[in-house]
Amino acid sequence: MAREAVVAVTKLLAAATTLVVLLLVILTGSLVPISVSKAAVLPKDRADVMYHSYQGGGMSIDGPSILIRKKMSKNISASFNHYVDTVSSASIDVLATASPYKEERSEQSLGLNYLQDNTLISVGVSQSNENDYQAKSFNFDLSHEFFGNLTTVTMGLSKGSDEITLNGNDNFFEQAEQTNYRLGLSQILTKNFQMGLNLEAITNQGYLNNPYRRYRYLDDASASGYSYATEIYPNTRTSTAGAIRGRYFLPYNAAVYASARLFSDTWGIQANNYTVGYSQSFADNWLIDVHLRYYQQDQADFYQDMFERKDQFNFMARDKEMSSFNDLTVGIKGRYLFKFARTSWAQASSVNVSLEHIKFDYDNFHNVLVTAPQGVGTEPLYQFSANVIRFYVSLWY
Amino acid sequence: MSKSLNTRLKSFLVVLVLPTLFACQNTLKPWVKPYERNNLTLAVMDWELDPIANGYRHHVYQAREGARGAEGGSGGGCGCN
Repeated sequence: MAREAVVAVTKLLAAATTLVVLLLVILTGSLVPISVSKAAVLPKDRADVMYHSYQGGGMSIDGPSILIRKKMSKNISASFNHYVDTVSSASIDVLATASPYKEERSEQSLGLNYLQDNTLISVGVSQSNENDYQAKSFNFDLSHEFFGNLTTVTMGLSKGSDEITLNGNDNFFEQAEQTNYRLGLSQILTKNFQMGLNLEAITNQGYLNNPYRRYRYLDDASASGYSYATEIYPNTRTSTAGAIRGRYFLPYNAAVYASARLFSDTWGIQANNYTVGYSQSFADNWLIDVHLRYYQQDQADFYQDMFERKDQFNFMARDKEMSSFNDLTVGIKGRYLFKFARTSWAQASSVNVSLEHIKFDYDNFHNVLVTAPQGVGTEPLYQFSANVIRFYVSLWY
Repeated sequence: MSKSLNTRLKSFLVVLVLPTLFACQNTLKPWVKPYERNNLTLAVMDWELDPIANGYRHHVYQAREGARGAEGGSGGGCGCN
């Protein structure tokens, strides 16, 4: 039933996307006269350098990210992003069935924006490299402002292809493909209030599991009472997500905002998350932001913490990301803005620090690193906390 | 449960799309004038104040949660399985 619902929503989204494309083609072709008070603009020229860090659950991931954006002409802007994850992993998944490891992932993205009147067209390519995972993707996005620039419609398409190998097994080679369909609407409702809606359908085909992950099953022949075997995932997945968000300006140079997202996929996962936040500017240069985010999901159909026997079902997973769990994020961010003289080549710069604390609580993923008090499968439920740091400097020129 | 989710997604579509379609009618004019939008251009009202930080935040959650998409970014295959 969940699968049918997801497929139905995906078809609905595809039809809506087609409708919007036709609408945009008509509008951008100026077949319909539109009253325009102010044209859309290209993204501002800027450079950002960021250090990011994630520490939690035995994982330590950090590295740099650099983003540069520059106008090439009145209508064209280009952007480049270089991103690195340096991973040191001793997570519960690794400690249960393998040995801690270190690796590095780097990603490069190149994008072009083209502005024509009130329409912004964006294309981009991206590649990600790990020693056992190669991913390439491209995206096409279109954004159009109309109704006196109070309304913005966006639509986009991405296609990605991945190549998966396995360290220690030269014969292992798998592939996977992903397609994203996006549709968005942003609406200015009053001089202090704006809202947005985003829909996205994603389809995957190919090898979709992590080849290092294992499921566990009861095994009397084992001293622990259970053994592990390689997970088996379905080789297709379709998901739909819908999100709504709003931001309201308060008269003392502050804003409150909130967002909600619903998610469903053909694997039986249903999820929702909610965010509320508050931003405050003061003393002309400072901005402080605090936010709360709550996420909850129900497990995939083929997830179990303990299977009764090896090869019990066609599909079997014990990834904690496929289990039922929730997480809660508390975050704070501070920013200081330097404004330069009009004669300077640069307009402004900012220094930013963002700290987030995330607490994960699993409903049916047990901590196998702790002895089961009353036999196999009675280990305490797993939980962990993570700290996420972003420190970055931005320059507008 | 799945049926209600489907219904809720459609409701989302209707809640924002219908007003916009009505807004396209000739009888309705843009009601917030350009000179009234100063508050909306301030940093506290910007969803995408710093794209480099937003992209990273989405990546942190995508790698650890089953849900994905509809977060406003252009996204693609991220190699974060």
